[in-house]
Amino acid sequence: MNKKQKRVLARIIITTVLLIVIAIVEPHIEKFALALYIIPYILIGYDIIKKAFKGIVHGQVMDENFLMAVATVGSMILGEYREGVMVMLLYQIGELFQSYAVGKSRRNIAALMDIRPDVANLVTQENGVETVKTVSPDEVETGSTLVISPGERIPIDGVVILGDSTIDTSALTGESVPRTIHAGDEVISGTINQNGVIRIRTTKAFGESTVTKILELVENASSQKSRSENFITRFARVYTPFVCLFALVIAVVPPVINMLSGNDANFRSFIYRALTFLVISCPCAMVISIPLGFFAGIGGASKAGILVKGSNYLEALSKVDSVIFDKTGTLTKGVFKVVSIHRQELSDQHLLKYAAYAESFSTHPISRSIVNAYGLEVDKSLVADVEEISGHGVLATVSGKKVIVGNDKLMTDNGVEPAHCHDGGTIVHIAVDGRYAGHIHISDVIKETSEKAIRDLHKMGISRTIMLTGDAEKVAGKVAAALSIDEYRSELLPADKVSVVEELLSDRKGKKGCTAFVGDGINDAPVLTRVDVGIAMGALGSDAAIEAADVVIMDDDPLGIIKAIKIGKKCMRIAYENIYFAIGIKVIVLILSAFGMTNMWLAVFADVGVMILAVLNAVRTLHVPDITD
Amino acid sequence: MKKTYDIEVDCANCADKMEQAAKKTDGVKDCSVNFMALKMSVEFEDGADEGTVMKAVLKNCKKVEDDCEIFI
Repeated sequence: MNKKQKRVLARIIITTVLLIVIAIVEPHIEKFALALYIIPYILIGYDIIKKAFKGIVHGQVMDENFLMAVATVGSMILGEYREGVMVMLLYQIGELFQSYAVGKSRRNIAALMDIRPDVANLVTQENGVETVKTVSPDEVETGSTLVISPGERIPIDGVVILGDSTIDTSALTGESVPRTIHAGDEVISGTINQNGVIRIRTTKAFGESTVTKILELVENASSQKSRSENFITRFARVYTPFVCLFALVIAVVPPVINMLSGNDANFRSFIYRALTFLVISCPCAMVISIPLGFFAGIGGASKAGILVKGSNYLEALSKVDSVIFDKTGTLTKGVFKVVSIHRQELSDQHLLKYAAYAESFSTHPISRSIVNAYGLEVDKSLVADVEEISGHGVLATVSGKKVIVGNDKLMTDNGVEPAHCHDGGTIVHIAVDGRYAGHIHISDVIKETSEKAIRDLHKMGISRTIMLTGDAEKVAGKVAAALSIDEYRSELLPADKVSVVEELLSDRKGKKGCTAFVGDGINDAPVLTRVDVGIAMGALGSDAAIEAADVVIMDDDPLGIIKAIKIGKKCMRIAYENIYFAIGIKVIVLILSAFGMTNMWLAVFADVGVMILAVLNAVRTLHVPDITD
Repeated sequence: MKKTYDIEVDCANCADKMEQAAKKTDGVKDCSVNFMALKMSVEFEDGADEGTVMKAVLKNCKKVEDDCEIFI
């Protein structure tokens, strides 16, 4: 609690004690009741009354302070002293709770996003002597050398030039497994160096670094408001004047009718009802819970490594009913890997060994994938006469045997008849001493979680999943089938992707749901901005992606999409719960008080209670829904 | 030009009032107040002087909500 809140709390406690004392002594000195109650009333309500006066001076008659002042002063005039004080007391309790709860969740969320580095330890050379100076990250120029001790946050993006360590990226990605780094590896600002002292050479200025970009994004997130937020503020703007007008009608019309029909006007009772109206005319309870829910939702999502650029995108996520995927780098890893070996007489391991030895001098990604698949140390002294034929393969002598590793053409050129393979992907044939030995099937690997992600999307009622790729038809079809994706388009050039997305979007014109596109964010910026929700994946360190996308999934796990949609749905559900609940209770209390079936302090109690429940409900969005089965 | 300022205000409804007051100030093209983050982002009209406009914004905000503060 801050100072202001503590002072209010003290006033609340003293007022409560005073009220109890007064309740005991009141029967003995009934004549002085007003004089007795005026003390706690002023104690608890002086700031409200002061603000009310200031409001009048500035022409703010719909100000809630003014309305509270009118309601309580009115009830004092009616002789309901205790009620006047009680209403003020409960109102203050409600306000205190609200500011405490909001302040607490604000701090919680700020702590989640507390990735801003405060200092950088700059290495400088002075007269040939190396010194380390602690400076503000702003002052570090690109290309400087920084030293980072264990436990420190990496302040600026850079490349490791000295030392080995592991870094904790969880603040950015939500991924709890630390990453190992060595000299030459890129490191991203905002991550924490865990166990070794490292030196990095900065590759960007602080203002351009990942951590700054992310913080900017998060801080600006809520300027894009969702429809329900806009609805509640619009509602609040008409709610207060409407309730006040209605209060006036109740205070005047029924008594006048009574008088005209010759009955007792009963002014007192109707004015009391009207004052009760004023007590619940403050819309704060509703107004606070909706943005709080979205704010907590965005905060919780950032903790899970999902950056959402505005509550309007949470809303759009909750309505997604078709998802378009880019294949490479999104559903697949974008790296080559040996997926199967089709051999003749040699064993798998032998075949792989010949291929790996022959390819051991090549740096081609396919060669590397074969060497990696072999997994054992390659004794390069056994390899001789290596001849690499670009785009086709390698000829080499391995342990005295002539080995040919490559594509169909390389085989036929060397008089070997290659077998036909029906699998999609890249096929590498191997011939040993002029005899066909088998082939290795290499393909881009589907991410482990892609299949579950697609299955979960279907389970969530997303009716259409579409995969776009520049790859060959055969490869695309295979991946789509393996992941049970509804549709796919293959052999697309980058420009074709935009037109395909345009076509898919125009298909669905007039339909209610939203379309999401998921890509790696590097070359699909035009598509990301075109759809309702553009999701960039594995975007850590890519400024372009952070810029273009509406939702950024920091690690490259496709399950992040499920998480993002679930967060969106949860936020929207809670927002609607709060809207219906808060408005519903207010309307019920308004109706009850119009018919004189409630009293003032019950009304304020309902008001405060609604707010407390709505706020508690709203902060539930801070917890990211579990996505494991 | 767009700039973001830290603000201080007690209630969500008051934050909305500040937003409305700031929007009506001369030289302000658009304004959005984020009560949760306690931030006000102001988009200025072309050629408007940031300092004078923000003074006017603060004055107008004080009118609708006496307790508020904008850290210019």
